[in-house]
Amino acid sequence: MDAADVEAVWRIESARIVAALTRFTGDFGLAEDAAQEAVAEALVSWPVEAPSSPAGWLMATARRRAIDAIRRRAALQDRYALLAAEPEAAFGVEEEADPDRIDDDILALMFVSCHPVLSPEARVALTLRVVGGLSSEQIARAFLVPVPTVQARITRAKKTIAAAGVPFELPPADQRRERLGGVLSVLYVIFTEGSTATSGDRLVRPDVAYEAIRLARTLAALQPDEPEVYGLLALCELTAARFPARTAADGSPILLEDQDRRRWDRSAIRRGLAALAKASPRGLGPYGLQAAIAAAHATAPSVEATDWDRIVVLYEVLGRVAPSPVVELNRAVAVAMASGPAQALAIVDELIASDRLPGSHLVPTVRGELLARLGRRPEARAELELAARLCTNERERSVLVRKAAALG
Amino acid sequence: MSKYMLIMRGTDESNAALMAGFEELAASTYQYIEELVKAGVFLAAEGLDDPGQSVVIDFNGAAPVVTDGPYGETKELFGGYFMIDVASKQEAVEWAKRIPAVTGSKIEVRRVAGDDEMPAFVEERADSETTGRI
Repeated sequence: MDAADVEAVWRIESARIVAALTRFTGDFGLAEDAAQEAVAEALVSWPVEAPSSPAGWLMATARRRAIDAIRRRAALQDRYALLAAEPEAAFGVEEEADPDRIDDDILALMFVSCHPVLSPEARVALTLRVVGGLSSEQIARAFLVPVPTVQARITRAKKTIAAAGVPFELPPADQRRERLGGVLSVLYVIFTEGSTATSGDRLVRPDVAYEAIRLARTLAALQPDEPEVYGLLALCELTAARFPARTAADGSPILLEDQDRRRWDRSAIRRGLAALAKASPRGLGPYGLQAAIAAAHATAPSVEATDWDRIVVLYEVLGRVAPSPVVELNRAVAVAMASGPAQALAIVDELIASDRLPGSHLVPTVRGELLARLGRRPEARAELELAARLCTNERERSVLVRKAAALG
Repeated sequence: MSKYMLIMRGTDESNAALMAGFEELAASTYQYIEELVKAGVFLAAEGLDDPGQSVVIDFNGAAPVVTDGPYGETKELFGGYFMIDVASKQEAVEWAKRIPAVTGSKIEVRRVAGDDEMPAFVEERADSETTGRI
């Protein structure tokens, strides 16, 4: 077995192992360290001699490391005495563990990793590492930041969790929904980074987006009664369905109206629509609404045949449920498609007047498009040039530069 | 990330054994699928009917010729599949090793190719597909 094999087993087992160790030691930071030590050990010993049960080996080794760590901590002596008195089986390695207990522990792990005491960046890094089983190197590659930065975020996050005394448990019922919203927004941030890379030379990074989808599926399996989890899952599936058509062979972006819709992933669309159906037992939440918009695109045979009126209405509702300048801007685009650029321009100008998206390249991008459609070429060109200057994704920027130049 | 099909290939002997211990195998298969679902990698799974019931359509001549199956040798027939969505080939293999399979049967792990993988694209394919590197 080589490093890639170890990595594969770890991706499958990490959440379960860290969750069980946290339950066992009552110390999330210690559990995570012990788990990482076990992986490091596997990387050394498996290539020489592969264990017959890799999962069991990891769990047993991590558990030993955790006990070693506890032994080293005088403060936890009494707890150690308690553990030492317990039989091996208390740890659920040798005997059948209660599956519901494991599910709750993995869920608790997600809530801890996305805890509001942590910075948004730390939540993302911790979730990918402990729930997703990614290494610091992989997370650094995914977010185009240096490896030490990721390591520092994770170390700080573990300290913060310890200092705040965050308990390893499911949030109480009265906080559950709000905390779940926190988990969803972390997964959404990860997905967004994959589906519209904020920087770098690639527009779409499907591997990053995939991690978010995988975690959203896990969350849906563990929290089957939460409509917004399905809303997020539907949004991710329906958005990712368009990936195969979004970039040309040379990596340049292909806009929605120019995409070859035959290349959209039909199975992903079907999965997305199925998730969307589960997301709306009593009206849609913010993610469900965005998924419904994605569904309107995914089920339309062409841009012209898209139900733009419905999309406008969905954006209006979304603007009331979860107001944001980006939603407003998207509404403007939909209004332009449904009833022409003049009305849309009024929405965009209002956005600019209230200065709610300062420094974003999106506002001048949309404004430039609208002006071009209204035949106001010099103004349009100036807007698109401004957008190109503000845009941090190289692929997107080159499209903007080309468009501006075409306006002569 | 890629989709993989884990293809179950049974022999006459393993199929007979499968039928003998069917209930137990069904229970462990359901449990296995549950694990795939909770890991966020499950896409689909189906088991196929008796190969003796199959029909083969042959496109050798001017018109398709229909004959009774099964197709090909009965030594290692395609009996069912799991479709999973994983980060690497190694991960697909690790999941395949966990399938509750009958002694004597085999599992074949095959990657689903994207429609952009025409010869011109193959060289450019990111190594993330083969290494699972994110």
